[in-house]
Amino acid sequence: MNTPEKKHPLQKLMDNPWLLLALGVAIPALSYSVWGWIELVLVKPATLP
Amino acid sequence: MNASNPNPPLWKRICDTTGLPVCRDAEFFIKLNAVCAVVFLLVGGLAAIALALTRWQAVHLLPVEWFYRTLTLHGLNMLIFWILFFEVAILYFACTTLLNARLFSRKVAWASFGMMLVGSLMVDGIILVGQADVMMTSYLPLLAHPLFYLGIILVAVGTLTGVFNFFATLWQAKKQRTYEGSVSLVVFGATAAAIIAVVTLLHGAVVMIPTFLHSLGLIAQPDPAWYRLIWWGLGHQSQQVNVCAMVSCWYLIGSITTGAKPLNETVCRGAFVLYILFINIASAHHLLVDPGVGSSWKIWNTSYAMYLAVLASMIHGFTVPASIEVAMRAKGYTKGLFGWLTNAPWRNPAFAGSFLSMCIFGFIGGITGVTLGTQQINIIAHNTLRITGHFHSTVVGGTSLAFMALTYYVVPLLFRKDFVFRPLARIQPYLFAGGIVLVSLGMSFAGSLGVARRSWDIEATGSVHGPSAHLFLAVLGLGGIVAFAALLLFILLTVGTLLFGESNVGRPMADWGTPKTLSTATGHGHGAAAPALAPGAEPAHDTRGTLVLALVFLACFAVYYFANWKALADVWPVR
Repeated sequence: MNTPEKKHPLQKLMDNPWLLLALGVAIPALSYSVWGWIELVLVKPATLP
Repeated sequence: MNASNPNPPLWKRICDTTGLPVCRDAEFFIKLNAVCAVVFLLVGGLAAIALALTRWQAVHLLPVEWFYRTLTLHGLNMLIFWILFFEVAILYFACTTLLNARLFSRKVAWASFGMMLVGSLMVDGIILVGQADVMMTSYLPLLAHPLFYLGIILVAVGTLTGVFNFFATLWQAKKQRTYEGSVSLVVFGATAAAIIAVVTLLHGAVVMIPTFLHSLGLIAQPDPAWYRLIWWGLGHQSQQVNVCAMVSCWYLIGSITTGAKPLNETVCRGAFVLYILFINIASAHHLLVDPGVGSSWKIWNTSYAMYLAVLASMIHGFTVPASIEVAMRAKGYTKGLFGWLTNAPWRNPAFAGSFLSMCIFGFIGGITGVTLGTQQINIIAHNTLRITGHFHSTVVGGTSLAFMALTYYVVPLLFRKDFVFRPLARIQPYLFAGGIVLVSLGMSFAGSLGVARRSWDIEATGSVHGPSAHLFLAVLGLGGIVAFAALLLFILLTVGTLLFGESNVGRPMADWGTPKTLSTATGHGHGAAAPALAPGAEPAHDTRGTLVLALVFLACFAVYYFANWKALADVWPVR
């Protein structure tokens, strides 16, 4: 009797382009863009001497 | 559906050389995008030689306004148009031929191509009439004509539309079960490129739409610091799309020319996953001296997390030559450490171009990239010609050379014409590689002496760089002449083949040369070919030669890295 082979979670991830797309957008968006944007927003305007 | 069906449906044909199915719609758009790519390569190349002969201070060809205009033209044509058109062609090839699938939509492909072409022409036109001397980065508050931004938006949306067509074809192929199990490694690499392209183009939309509206006078000027942050989400990440496409080319060409198979599919795919997750954050390199973002952000994005993407490159840099070594040894080229390498098909321009691309990308581009991306070291290199030296070895010596290498199979297999002037084709990759190495080294050494990038005249502030800088700028200029000659040769060969090449319809393409399996019985063998495997046994991977190459690479890396720390230490002498 053939039982379907159980896939490793990493293999499941690699076979799912939509999940990879979601992670691929989310990680740089959070790590680079959103975090960087927050840093820029928090910069206090320079005061005149 | 079966590729070996003698009567394939009308939407596809069977390749006479590879036996692979070729979707006719995809074939048409691959040709269209590839031809446009080569035309924009020529435009960018003409700009490149003018720039090289201007930065060669003894020649100093262009007047100042034309220098910055040409620099803008060069950057956009080489880094964006040539690369994106070729990448769309690769995506269409990967999702149809390699999956035995039909392109999702011809209309979507037309929409993508139309937007990309109109946008590119708009950008080139507005640059050439002198309304966009803002260079590729167009940092605010520099402001170009609105058509410049609109053109870039059209190219970005057009490419995104092409990427959508790729994903829709993947979805359709899975639904129609045109393939079983996982997609091949090359398709997986193309998928990684497509995912990174989505991130890139979203950043492009976020930054270019408000800038376009500002250029029309409809909104206030966006914050220049914000502009730089988001623009590099477009500018640097677009080069990561190249990396994935280039690595896919390495695997594909290794397989076509030597019969190489990935040593371990899971490891190779895992490396692509690392690209997808972590390579994009490397854009932070460009902001390492920006005051608005803090050290935590800089160090996290350029070191800790980004090194996972560097690990991915090192995995590919090992597995591609290792898989070639295993394939060559299996054919009987087993003599010594490097018998497999010396007997590789070096006269095959696709193999030569691909292997040279790998060496230039790894030994020059990779080592300099990681070093320059270190926050502390960056302070002695930022905005010098060292940076341009780095990315000419990755994007030109790496990606462009790999794409050229692939063209030596794309033209005979899709345009179905055998190459003309084949002896010239065999030397073209060497000429181009040699030229671009000289360009890259000339830039890097001149930059080490403090020569700034994007500067028309290094004498403007007095001769502070010394005669050595002039010597290295001459090396840059001479390398530029050699690389430009090789680029012209490439275009002559491809256009000449399209016009005058002999048709190969109904027969396999003319062979560029692939290594034959040696027989020890005939006395031609180097040594014993790999013995036959017992049923169920795992093949032993003899990769001694590649391991030695990897150790040489790591030694070069260590020496260069520590030399740069020493150079940094010299900036602050302890008295």
